[in-house]
Amino acid sequence: MTFFHEFGKYLLFLKGMFSKPEKLSVYIDRTITEMNNIGVGSLTIVVIIAIFQGAVTTLQIAYQLISPLIAKPVIGSIVSDSSMLELAPTITCLVLAGKVGSHIASEIGSMKVREQVDALEVMGINSSGYLALPKIVAGLIMIPLLVIISIFLSNLGGIIAGEASGILTSEEYLQGARQSFLPYNLFFALVKAVTYAFIITSVSAFQGYTTEGGALEVGSSSTKAVVYSAVAILFSDYILAQLLL
Amino acid sequence: MIELKDVRKSFDGEKVLNGISTKFETGKVNLVIGSSGHGKSVMMKCMVGLLSPTSGNVYYDDRDFTNLDYSELRAVRREIGMLFQGTALFDSLTVEENVEFTLKMFTKMTKAERRDRVNFCLEQVDMPGINDKYPAEISGGMQKRVGIARAIALDIKYLFCDEPNSGLDPVTSRLIDELLQQITEDFNITTIINTHDMKTVFDIGDDVIFIYKGTNEWNGKVKDIKTSGNEMLTNFIEASFFD
Repeated sequence: MTFFHEFGKYLLFLKGMFSKPEKLSVYIDRTITEMNNIGVGSLTIVVIIAIFQGAVTTLQIAYQLISPLIAKPVIGSIVSDSSMLELAPTITCLVLAGKVGSHIASEIGSMKVREQVDALEVMGINSSGYLALPKIVAGLIMIPLLVIISIFLSNLGGIIAGEASGILTSEEYLQGARQSFLPYNLFFALVKAVTYAFIITSVSAFQGYTTEGGALEVGSSSTKAVVYSAVAILFSDYILAQLLL
Repeated sequence: MIELKDVRKSFDGEKVLNGISTKFETGKVNLVIGSSGHGKSVMMKCMVGLLSPTSGNVYYDDRDFTNLDYSELRAVRREIGMLFQGTALFDSLTVEENVEFTLKMFTKMTKAERRDRVNFCLEQVDMPGINDKYPAEISGGMQKRVGIARAIALDIKYLFCDEPNSGLDPVTSRLIDELLQQITEDFNITTIINTHDMKTVFDIGDDVIFIYKGTNEWNGKVKDIKTSGNEMLTNFIEASFFD
């Protein structure tokens, strides 16, 4: 029952965000700021994870598949496809759930417990719309871009690891990647990225917005935001794979 | 003028406000006094719309605030300024951006006009020249004054203050009191202050409402407070001075 109660509150929170903005230009400014926070602020961690993810996957696939009967480009095709279909969107977004999600929840949660959200309401501002909507829109724009960067860098990491270990050349890797490339796979990756972006930003904003108490509860909301976002990402990962593949 | 008619509020069946009816006059400093936990803050939250009364009505100059739709409610709220107990200044914004906030959201003023208005409001609270500081860089008393400047940035009609002197030293408390009285007179607004501080009551109060166990136990003028004959009020005043 608690789950349904909380889910109902979450849906009402989402509904409450959508009212006519008090001033569109202010919302656009806030969205651009959040795009910088979410996108540019997460770039370093995404770059590091993507390169190592591609590199390690290449080595592990090679370890399992190297055989005189299997052409080396197959390694490139497997790494490339798994990066696009699963690793880049899901692993990147799980990491972003930790970084971006906890930041959103603690920022809004701190404002809540220090009466700043009440202050917005008393001023006549739709506080949920003002605080959460720019973050959600910014996430929907920037997280898919980060996933595209992650796909590209995963492959780059795979190429570097293949060359460095002498398992396969960059030409062999790219030959395999090209042969197996399907535009639909990229579309699938972007559908996942958009879905996860919405989950991360909205769930975290909701956790922050419903914080009651003090510093301890802000920390608790931040933890819940990460855990709930991660579980929702994994659940939707399965649903999307079932529906779209 | 703000009028409350039989306002009641319960949380999970526990009654916090038990039918408060009173009026707060324009151009006066109206004080709400009472011990902690007797419903002062809940009453104020019901008045500004942060809580919905379980029953009863709140009228802002004959507009039934409790039965307005959301857009009408927001319009009334733009006539309201509020000084929170913890000031509730936005940490990530400078003093200027805090005071400018409502002007940016609700007016079509140019940047220069907004800056003039911000400077005017900061001068009103005797805080010129701190525009670029962040709330964390100024003292608690200064934060309260910036909170007042932010509250009066728009042409408000109603000013609510929740424990404006809490956490302040006696000298700063006196300055804040004088400031609130001055602003009420200069702008001819309805000011409502929640306080425990009897010094504030006797220094700047016009009308007083004493809340006891969720009811308005006593209403009257400050000059009559010592001769009210109300046992609860007398005990509260004596306890306040004893503290």
